[in-house]
Amino acid sequence: MSNVIGIGASPKRKEDQRFLTGRGNYVSDIKRPGMTAGVFVRSPHGHAVLRGIDKTAALAAPGVVAVLTGEDVATDGLGSLPCGWGISGKDGQPMKEPPFPMLAQGKVRFVGDMVAFVIAETPEQASVAAELLEVDYEPLPSVTGVLDAVAPGAPQLFDDVPSNICCDWELGNKAAVETAFRKAAHVAKLSLVNNRLIGNPMEPRAAIAEYEPGTGRYTLWTTSQFPHVVRFLMSALVLKIPEHKVRVVAPDVGGGFGVKQFHYGEEAVITWAAKRVMRPIKWVASRSEGYLSDRHGRDHVTEAELALDETGKFLALRVNTLANIGGYLSTFGPNIPTNLYAPLLGGVYTTPAIYCNVKVVFTNTVPVDAYRGAGRPEATFVVERLVDVAAAEMGIDRVAIRRRNMIPKEAYPYQTPVLVEYDSGDPVGCLDGALIAGDVENFGERKAASARKGKFRGLGFSTYVEACGLAPSRFAGRLGARGGLYESATVRVHPAGQVTVLIGTHSHGQGHETTFAQIVCEKLGVPFENVDIVFGDTDRVQFGMGTYGSRSLVVGGAALSKAADKVILKGKKIAAHLLEAGEQDIQFEAGKFSVAGTDRNKTIEEIAVAAYVPHNYPLEVLEPGLEEQAYYDPINFTYPGGCHIAEVEVDPETGTVTLVGYTAVDDVGTVINPMIVEGQLHGGIVQGVGQALYENAVYDETSGQLLSGSLMDYCLPRADHMPTMSISTHATLCTHTPMGVKGCGEVGTIGSPAAVINAVVDALAHLGVTHVDMPATSNRIWRLIQNASVPIAAE
Amino acid sequence: MQISFTLNGKPTTVDVEPFMLATELLREHLGLTGTHIGCDTSQCGACVVHVDGASVKSCTLLAPMLDGISLLTVEGLQGPKGSNLLHPMQEAFREHHGLQCGFCTPGMLMTAVALAAGKPSLSETEVRHGLEGNICRCTGYQNIVNAVIAGAAAMHVAAET
Repeated sequence: MSNVIGIGASPKRKEDQRFLTGRGNYVSDIKRPGMTAGVFVRSPHGHAVLRGIDKTAALAAPGVVAVLTGEDVATDGLGSLPCGWGISGKDGQPMKEPPFPMLAQGKVRFVGDMVAFVIAETPEQASVAAELLEVDYEPLPSVTGVLDAVAPGAPQLFDDVPSNICCDWELGNKAAVETAFRKAAHVAKLSLVNNRLIGNPMEPRAAIAEYEPGTGRYTLWTTSQFPHVVRFLMSALVLKIPEHKVRVVAPDVGGGFGVKQFHYGEEAVITWAAKRVMRPIKWVASRSEGYLSDRHGRDHVTEAELALDETGKFLALRVNTLANIGGYLSTFGPNIPTNLYAPLLGGVYTTPAIYCNVKVVFTNTVPVDAYRGAGRPEATFVVERLVDVAAAEMGIDRVAIRRRNMIPKEAYPYQTPVLVEYDSGDPVGCLDGALIAGDVENFGERKAASARKGKFRGLGFSTYVEACGLAPSRFAGRLGARGGLYESATVRVHPAGQVTVLIGTHSHGQGHETTFAQIVCEKLGVPFENVDIVFGDTDRVQFGMGTYGSRSLVVGGAALSKAADKVILKGKKIAAHLLEAGEQDIQFEAGKFSVAGTDRNKTIEEIAVAAYVPHNYPLEVLEPGLEEQAYYDPINFTYPGGCHIAEVEVDPETGTVTLVGYTAVDDVGTVINPMIVEGQLHGGIVQGVGQALYENAVYDETSGQLLSGSLMDYCLPRADHMPTMSISTHATLCTHTPMGVKGCGEVGTIGSPAAVINAVVDALAHLGVTHVDMPATSNRIWRLIQNASVPIAAE
Repeated sequence: MQISFTLNGKPTTVDVEPFMLATELLREHLGLTGTHIGCDTSQCGACVVHVDGASVKSCTLLAPMLDGISLLTVEGLQGPKGSNLLHPMQEAFREHHGLQCGFCTPGMLMTAVALAAGKPSLSETEVRHGLEGNICRCTGYQNIVNAVIAGAAAMHVAAET
């Protein structure tokens, strides 16, 4: 059997041929006969009453096909965009859940809120007509920050949401925490901001919708991480059309990072409009439009306190967070700062008591939802900053205090005080590995060398854990999820022995066509080039929940493994018949079914032929065909973790922070394809570095204008911002996934912000600096240095 | 208006509007969708092509400006003459995992090929500086940098043989 590439190998990616030659098929590359162009008209105001829209001039413009507004949506009796996760407050009351109309009705609540959809023969004509639309706004005061939004007298977004609080949520044992704080020898306190981010996948969002009058079917091509979920939410809840009349296709998608995992209003509007105008419509967002409409991430204001005994042992953690949720509830919005945040506040430590209160707050900003890491980077940032503050205040070494409080490897499985039970991990092993890989021992020499050049050098640690592979459906249901979180896979062995896998996850850069093919190779012993992985099309794939939360391999891969096991089981029955042996005597290995203890065997190709050409076949007990399907619902999250060490140099003259070294040792369980895992870690780390040093979505507080509304003023990391990173893995195997795998897509983004900021604070500690909010821009650092409590000469 | 230029080695004559962008001409009218549009401020570099051998962000060009020039897009990259192989830079990107979602890849490749012209031995610093105008959101750049260094060396080996 040639070219069987299994687990642990790094074959070159199957998907690369088309991407390298410009033959990818992204939504914006697709053309349909008779296609028109759509442009969304978006609110220029952060908050305003929508008094009326005069379509006359726009309709009269050349090439215009239709102009649709919220009034048309209401006339057609369409639903509003659903929220997929309903949480409850500490008083037991459900969250406030105002409607999110797909085109604004009555009011607009953020700059970018959709007001109308203009359809014309060409994009240029649609743009010209959009300019002619006369929208009568009565501007209202805007509020964009959470502290302002909950202040008395703040502008209110919804009449029935007092103080703009969507939900006042809590987790943990408040009384136990209070008792522990009373006994503490030391309490470390920290106020911090987790900056608002914009995901910026390089491919802007886009959609094409088409309606076929002959069959009554709709097709939507969309830049989505979860086409089946879009189909379900849109058809059943928004447009109220039968699900079997809707096909959703997410072809090649140019990056997602969470931003493309929501059901967006644009998708619903364009699908509805395609039937109204009886022609295909295409919409492609500009990057600037993406800034105003892609869901944003993070945006917390937090007060946190850590209680310690005199030896530096953690006794309790108390966290109060105000989380900005934006102008409406997006698909997973309320779940991110609550269920995906507070349960990770245990980190890798044995902290016995934790209490977290989160107020989820509406503001006149783009809705906030999941962005790579989603909740878990925020939790890690709180814990890992606070640990450094405690260490500094108590005069304990930062590594020593971490080591003293880490969950020992032998203590796993470990039940935290905040819901989750870690099945496996080795934080001390990761820490030890990183100390060596990062050459921490010789940091002093490097710091002295920097000092000779007049630069401040700092080292920062971040030890973290992630909960990923979302999630056991039963558990998610208890936490308010309105859907299940299983995954499905079909393994189709063709008559000639090639294999097609139909899987419900999506791939938008992660290389699943390669990784999943390796799993099939390993399981079935077929050549790598004979395996195709199909995803992203609701007409081809049975069902699926898509790709987010590092779930593809741990949940989707498990479904695939289970389906392959079923193929083997059926193959054994066929082989037993063909080889005239008992089924219990048939063994399967490396693509061959053989009778134990003999040299009699049949290859999987021979079995496939027999299954599709059943001349000699056990038809009385077995159906023909060799295709099996499995649905897999995980029994727990998986818990990757690790230790990241950042090294920075600060130029006191300019305040510029340069990342000069980065070391990561991550525990992602079994590695299927080391090359791909390393690539995921690289990418994740740089997105976290972006948050720490460069990226920030900034609103004008009074007008609600997004000031960082393009790539000109929202700084993404570029190639020359980064040093070469040192990446390695230190695996403990997940105890409940079939191959021992854990997720790896988000770990980099979770571990890195705290490591980088801890390094910046370390570099400036001699000036009396104890905290730096993200992003640590030159301007912010230069000001800190200028206002330092200790003069620079003290160095 | 009518313009004539060389597109990926072939003489091409087309009618264009005065204010049509080169990206629109390529993608919408000539069916070459490999050149991608990732932004509207000439920041991202996904649309980089070669104009007479130099790398240029094609979103900064109006279609009439192409008249008389030689334009190379990602579809025009190719391996040794008469082979079905990839261009050495494409091969290096595949070998070093210098791409994930593939959206920035055409622009990265075109920038990298221009960067490597006449320079078989590129330093990491040179490459990182040379890629400043191209944003990748997936790879963290490390493997792209490795790929460009290896691709530059391979291009010159290929050129000599």
